[in-house]
Amino acid sequence: MDWRRMRIVGGFEYLGGLTLLARETARSAATSAWDWGDILYQLDLLGVQSFTIVLITAVFMGMVLALQTAYALSAFGAKLYVGGVVALSMTRELAPVLISLMVGGRVGAGITAEIGSMKVTEQIDALRALGANPVKKLVIPRLVAFVLALPVLVLLANALGILGGYLISSFSLQISGRFYITQVFKLLKFSDLISGMGKTVFFAAFITLIGCYNGMNAKGGADGVGRATTDTVVLSSIVVLISDFFLTKLFLAL
Amino acid sequence: MEAFLEYRHIHKRFGDNHVLDGVSLTVMRGETMVILGGSGTGKSVLLKLTIGLLEPDKGHILVEGNDVTSAREAEWMEVRKHVSYMFQWGALFDSMSVYDNVAFPLRERKLCGEADVEGRVMEKLSLVGLEAAKDLSPSDLSGGMRKRVALARSIVMEPRCILYDEPTSGLDPITSDSINRLIKRMQSVLGVTSVVVTHDIQSMFRVADRVAFLYKGKMAFVGTPEEARSADHPMLRGFIEGREPNESES
Repeated sequence: MDWRRMRIVGGFEYLGGLTLLARETARSAATSAWDWGDILYQLDLLGVQSFTIVLITAVFMGMVLALQTAYALSAFGAKLYVGGVVALSMTRELAPVLISLMVGGRVGAGITAEIGSMKVTEQIDALRALGANPVKKLVIPRLVAFVLALPVLVLLANALGILGGYLISSFSLQISGRFYITQVFKLLKFSDLISGMGKTVFFAAFITLIGCYNGMNAKGGADGVGRATTDTVVLSSIVVLISDFFLTKLFLAL
Repeated sequence: MEAFLEYRHIHKRFGDNHVLDGVSLTVMRGETMVILGGSGTGKSVLLKLTIGLLEPDKGHILVEGNDVTSAREAEWMEVRKHVSYMFQWGALFDSMSVYDNVAFPLRERKLCGEADVEGRVMEKLSLVGLEAAKDLSPSDLSGGMRKRVALARSIVMEPRCILYDEPTSGLDPITSDSINRLIKRMQSVLGVTSVVVTHDIQSMFRVADRVAFLYKGKMAFVGTPEEARSADHPMLRGFIEGREPNESES
């Protein structure tokens, strides 16, 4: 019983701590000037350098999706409409979630490892002792950069996924490229893009906040940082998957 | 002489560990107070409480007569302008060069222009004998050099009080001595108030005006180094003589 109680209390403490960090971040972001030099640096680190993962994930996802939908649709003689299905599935669901999971794993782990090492070597204390605000110095640049970068990466992934589907359609399914593209633009609406990319703004904020919070609360030495990093990857993935459901319901209701 | 720092009945717990159990201590302006104590007795905790990096569970802390116990972060920022902290392992920012580390507090507080920053940084680096290392990264430095850079960083704001967390631990005797001399110099030249946490007895005798001995969460002794030498507290005697006290004594 006792350990169960401890876990429940620990869970609430974690949630409370995360909420306080979110509040402090929002307040700091609203009241102090942003360091655009730091934000640009983080944009490169978290966004530009994630491009390879996005490229590989999106192209192969698009190709697999084309193969699978063609297989399923051919039962109804509707194989020709692969383009529309690929485009819709990519933009509304697959690209936002899978790219957030892949890039989020990379970015969240990196953030926790870096901030966690700073924590266990007293560099976070040193920031405060030397008159800096760790939230402003560490959390805001990462948060702003990732909230800007992730939707753009997902937009790219949409295009690359549709391209992957195009390659499979043309070379393996014998659907003409022109017809594939026509199908894509016939079915895809601007609101599909917005609802997919809109979700990732929230995912990016969740991933960054969890990454920063776990780093700032890492304890002990290398093992503590390791544990915090693992926790970030697991928790941010779960949060992405669960919040995706609620955000999808929300966007559908709008 | 007036008090610079006052600790009144400070309590601090971490889980079941009652680290500070009603600690009271007064540090006068301009003096060097050395806090002795074994590892894990809460010496560093006491220093961290002084600039608000930790909060006490009970008790009051006064800095230059102002009660800062329940100060907000903005008020602590004001305290930290005048009270600086030298961390045990240096806590240098490893994403920055030595120069940028030392310049950090000046730039962060925007107290002077970049030309002035350079003058002040180089002056402090020359004081610790490390002008030549200004472009190195902290990971290229030895333990002793890191501590000297950390010292330069903690004096660059020209504080009125410096808290030293184990300034000589893990250093060879010669480097230790140069750090001790720097601590003395800060006091004699700038009139800085110092609190030095250490378990290095030689260093204590070199720098201390007064000594406090922290034992089992309380101040077991406060007095001059000479008084410490003749004190009859068995643990303190064991500490000074570098031997384990007898069971019957402790």
